[in-house]
Amino acid sequence: MPPAAELAISAGRAVLVWGLQLSMIPLMIWFERKVSAYIADRTGPNRANVLGIRMAGFIHNIADVLKLLMKEDITPAGVHRFYFLIAPFIAMMISLMTFAVVPFADTLQIGDHAIRMQALNLNVGILWVFAIASFGVFGIIFAGYGANNKYSILGGLRASAQMISYELSLSLSIIGLIMMFGTLDLNAIAQQQGEFWGPTLQLGFLTLGLPKWGFIIQPVGAILFMTAVIAETNRNPFDLPEAESEIVGYHVEYSSVKFALFFMAEYVNILVASAVTVTLFFGGWQVPFVPTESLITHANTVVLVLLAKIAILSILLILPARKWHRTLQRLYTDKRKHEANFWTAVLGLQALACLGGLAFFAASPLDGTGSSVAAAVIQFLTFCGKLTFFGFAFVWVRWTLPRFRYDQLMGLGWKGMLPLAIANLFITAILVLLFDL
Amino acid sequence: MALKVQSPKLSFWERIYVAEVFRGLGVTLKHLAKNTVQQDAMPTYQYPEEKKPLAVRHRSRHRLTVRENGAPKCVACMCCETACPAHCIHIVAEESDEVWIEKRAKIFEIDLLRCVFCGYCVEACPEDAIRMDTDEVVLVGERREDFIVDREFLMRGQGEEWKQGRPAEGPSPRQGEIEAPPATPSDDEGWEAGAPRTPIKIPAGWRTPSKEV
Repeated sequence: MPPAAELAISAGRAVLVWGLQLSMIPLMIWFERKVSAYIADRTGPNRANVLGIRMAGFIHNIADVLKLLMKEDITPAGVHRFYFLIAPFIAMMISLMTFAVVPFADTLQIGDHAIRMQALNLNVGILWVFAIASFGVFGIIFAGYGANNKYSILGGLRASAQMISYELSLSLSIIGLIMMFGTLDLNAIAQQQGEFWGPTLQLGFLTLGLPKWGFIIQPVGAILFMTAVIAETNRNPFDLPEAESEIVGYHVEYSSVKFALFFMAEYVNILVASAVTVTLFFGGWQVPFVPTESLITHANTVVLVLLAKIAILSILLILPARKWHRTLQRLYTDKRKHEANFWTAVLGLQALACLGGLAFFAASPLDGTGSSVAAAVIQFLTFCGKLTFFGFAFVWVRWTLPRFRYDQLMGLGWKGMLPLAIANLFITAILVLLFDL
Repeated sequence: MALKVQSPKLSFWERIYVAEVFRGLGVTLKHLAKNTVQQDAMPTYQYPEEKKPLAVRHRSRHRLTVRENGAPKCVACMCCETACPAHCIHIVAEESDEVWIEKRAKIFEIDLLRCVFCGYCVEACPEDAIRMDTDEVVLVGERREDFIVDREFLMRGQGEEWKQGRPAEGPSPRQGEIEAPPATPSDDEGWEAGAPRTPIKIPAGWRTPSKEV
């Protein structure tokens, strides 16, 4: 492959990963608003609209961005300027960097070129995640210290203590998994999760069986990891660094875009945590029950099935969409009245487009390179879907569990999770030795 | 002596959190699903479009009730101004044209920003001339002067007009609708046209006690 093409591919992967992260942020914020609202029996945002289109509150993100950009960017007197200014950038940059090693599709074979679907191809990927993620605490400490405000520094100190404590359990909880997979390479880990335990049943392109997903072979490790990762991202029930009802956290002195950077960094952190959880414990880019080889072989069938599914779903969704928008329509006198029609049109067009695609792929089936690319795209979409689900799960957990007290937090970390992680590690090691898993 | 709070005894499954955490997630997911599917059932009022019914005894912005001929019932007795704890009512009296009414308000101003909506003025009024039942609880103005409202403002939109801001649907917030204004004597009563001027005969029961309204 010529160097220019290599460069283009690398740049393309990097842009894809960054684009994925940045475009997921609005979705996360929307989850945070709408899901939390529905969990708490509220309606959530339903006002901001563009030409009457509200997208169930999604448009509020635009209003948010405008607000944050137009606000005055205040640097209070008495701050340590250097730390104060650099902290949000560290937080954001670190969050964006961590994602780089996460594979979002299987290695793509085009001719005799293998393109790895990772922005950064490292054979010690998981170490990179931990190494970079632990830098994230610098952003918080700098913010807390630099703001020269006792609430900020309290938040920063709590954050650093918490992140350091939980990093231990976090790392120990996955060592068992790494022993079983025998590799630190995230793509190899994801590939191995396509294998099955015990007998399998071949059914068209489906392979039914017990997949070797991380949470099946390491259930304790999975629960410990997911708990510790919530503490690492400073989310409820471990959101003591922020604790908005008590101390308002390390970013209390920040405004405008600098605050927005912290805000975005929090959501990117959640995405990174979700991505690592997905890759380690939930099969990464693996389509459930469809290994890569059979995905490539049956690419055309899978695409046809998917397109048909989407078309049917779109049509089925029209009625609920109309019903939801009818709920308050009678009260509106402005353009919002017509939103139901807009969604009907969008879903109808989507169904039509899917049917068009269906006809196209039925007439000219995918072959060779085409099926490899189609398989990669399907795997990428699967990965995005899993990512979205775990992003949702973070919000879900936040609005379910109450916050821990600080001593409870430390007690859980040091006296509960750390011994459990070590025990899990030992038992896994013994089992791996005995049964050569 | 310190109070000893008995913590509930937790079972083994409750103590290891995990099962209870998933139970809690189930509870919240149920709410999420229910509210997604049945949006109508949500208790939220969509405020500017859909207003919450006010309590039966609520006190909203004042209005001055009027006689059949459109003149205010107010006789400028100053009872409300005296009763007002916030000193927000300002009345200047003048002589009335009508034969059986001694005084009327030349200026009747209420400073709505000062008003504490206690309703003492309504209680103090012997003529049922002031009421606080316009259902207007959101008062908007651009300057402070906008909130000093005069007699014409307080009389405006009598009849049914002042009710138009209310949502058309839903049960009325009031238990009994206000009936038509109580019969007040017209100018002609006890006053034959063309007849020589006789001493004014005050018709019996022309003053309707406010509790009967």
